Amino acid sequence: MIEIKDLHKSYKMGSNSLHVLKGINFSVEEGELVAIMGSSGSGKSTLLNILGMLDELDEGSYVLDGVPIKNLNETKAANYRNKFLGFVFQSFNLINYKSAMENVALPLYYQKVGRKERQEKALKYLEQVGLKEWATHLPNELSGGQKQRVAIARAMAAEPKVLLADEPTGALDSKTSYEVMDLIQKINDQGNTILIVTHEPDIADMCKRIVHLKDGVIIEDKKVEQVRAAQYV
Amino acid sequence: MKFLFDSNTWQEIFGSISKNKTRTIITVIGVLWGIFIYIALSGAAKGLDNGFDKAFKTVAMNSMFVWAQSTSMPNAGFKTGRPMQLKLGDVEVLENRIPEIQYIAPRITQGEFGSEPVYTVRGQKSGSYVLNGDFPIYTKISTKKIFDGGRFINQEDMDQARKVIVIGERVQQELFKKEEDPVGAYIRVGNVYFQVIGVHKLAEGVSFDSDSAMFIPFSTYRKLYNSGDNVGYLCIAAYDDADVVQVEKDIKAILKSTHRVNPKDERAFGSFNLGERFGEIMGFADGLTFMSLVVGIATILAGVIGIGNILLISVKERTKELGVRRALGATPSEVRNQIILESVFLTTIAGVIGIILGAGFLSLLNTFTEGGDFPYANPTVPIPYILGALAIMVILGTLIGLIPAQRAVSIRPIDALREE
Ligand SMILES: Nc1ncnc2c1ncn2[C@@H]1O[C@H](COP(=O)(O)OP(=O)(O)O)[C@@H](O)[C@H]1O
Ligand SMILES: [Mg+2]
Repeated sequence: MIEIKDLHKSYKMGSNSLHVLKGINFSVEEGELVAIMGSSGSGKSTLLNILGMLDELDEGSYVLDGVPIKNLNETKAANYRNKFLGFVFQSFNLINYKSAMENVALPLYYQKVGRKERQEKALKYLEQVGLKEWATHLPNELSGGQKQRVAIARAMAAEPKVLLADEPTGALDSKTSYEVMDLIQKINDQGNTILIVTHEPDIADMCKRIVHLKDGVIIEDKKVEQVRAAQYV
Repeated sequence: MKFLFDSNTWQEIFGSISKNKTRTIITVIGVLWGIFIYIALSGAAKGLDNGFDKAFKTVAMNSMFVWAQSTSMPNAGFKTGRPMQLKLGDVEVLENRIPEIQYIAPRITQGEFGSEPVYTVRGQKSGSYVLNGDFPIYTKISTKKIFDGGRFINQEDMDQARKVIVIGERVQQELFKKEEDPVGAYIRVGNVYFQVIGVHKLAEGVSFDSDSAMFIPFSTYRKLYNSGDNVGYLCIAAYDDADVVQVEKDIKAILKSTHRVNPKDERAFGSFNLGERFGEIMGFADGLTFMSLVVGIATILAGVIGIGNILLISVKERTKELGVRRALGATPSEVRNQIILESVFLTTIAGVIGIILGAGFLSLLNTFTEGGDFPYANPTVPIPYILGALAIMVILGTLIGLIPAQRAVSIRPIDALREE
């Protein structure tokens, strides 16, 4: 599903350049649930942003579902994001003047799905995350965990090939975090490919594979026995 | 352009506009105010314009009066202070020598300018009124509205020096009973009986004659008063395209030369140039129209720029939202179109409301000024002006929307998402 070879990324800041990713080799199969771990500033978000086509790599190659990702203009990147990828952010990033359902329906709007079908699908995914009865509520009427579940529903509504989550539990207490992880595990159980950036070991242990970043390289990449989150909720 | 007809686009725009109410209201008010000012001002100016037009409808606009006074300089052997007298011969000379003159109506009058009004009797009733000896052509310069059944003096009256008379509305009221028909009746003017042939109604707006004036054929007048070729004053109308000030100068120059007056003598002949005064008033109205146009357009511009500003601020506020939209798959052109359409939509809505309010204001103004003395009529703005204003607003709305739209897509989605 994802294949990365010898990926390099530097940030230029004036005359200085900060070499963040220094040759990453990494591939992900369909249906995997991968945790990307590492200390703060180790380049986890940078890697995820490149995978999400929000940022560009300097060197190396990236192939997503057989499609080489390079030299994309903004329009093309937007179309690929829309078709291939779902995003979940630490700060939820819901649009505050849209109801839960409208938020979930938004990626479908950019897929040119008609209004009725958008609403049906949005409701279906809200039901999956257990928030159907909150469909008409605005984000500020929801708790943090509910917001993140709406965000996950929104990411899933477009039926992406890969779900990318940057510290999805970073802003949540541990009980709520496990609820969100339970949801992510269930989505993964349905065969969806998911990458999660986290620096919390207990969250990482709920994935099936842990990739450890340090100083811009992968220092460890191991399969783990998945801890089910359901037992904690 | 396909996105324009996509109901999804409009739902998204409408959602964004209706959910950001404060922003929407502030922007709408800016443009609304602009177009309202534009409509109200130019409509009001047009009303004034119409009002003046209506007030002057009954008189030839390019008209003037010329009368004789006395010399202020010695000339050709004559002493200063020689009294002047206009003659019928002058009329012919002026008509022949000044092609710009359309009509010239000599008039001789009793009861005006210090002379005694004429004692008039009908049965037991009597009164004193101004008496004019007129040519039929006089009605070409000052329209006379004659009540049903009557008429003004005609050429036959002139040729036969008939003893016929047109009386004013007030004369009728003072000499006749309400139910009496004055036409055909006889009244005694001085010592002579005249048959009434018409009653003239006082004109709305400007009129040269009061409602107590009476008119008889010039030829009858000269016989009655033995006034020979004497003329009291001349009523002159120039062609519409003539320069009235120049015509006035030419007339006086010719009169001075035929009457052997020093060309520099300013007192020998007096005149009142209605055309010139009228031009000033119309110029004032035109100036007002122009000014209201300038003020209106400036206000609209200010409103549209205000929209641009608020959209720019709102794009800044919405940086993160737009970043999220792009992460979810919005292309730069979709984001740009959305912001431009928001701008155009807001401008148009505001414009339409402004036009409606402006029209309402004008119709209110119309009700309040109707029937008053103030020269004001039918304040309207021509439809093409309104459509033009609307078109300008849509264009400006697009142009002004381009700035925030460009700003919105110039930020990379990743930077937009990082924004707090
Ligand atoms: N846009 C940027 N410009 C400059 N430096 C950046 C930028 N984004 C990230 N960095 C730097 O790159 C390093 C890696 O950042 P990041 O990938 O966000 O780390 P992590 O998510 O692992 O905490 C950090 O030192 C950070 O300061
Ligand atoms: Mg990070």
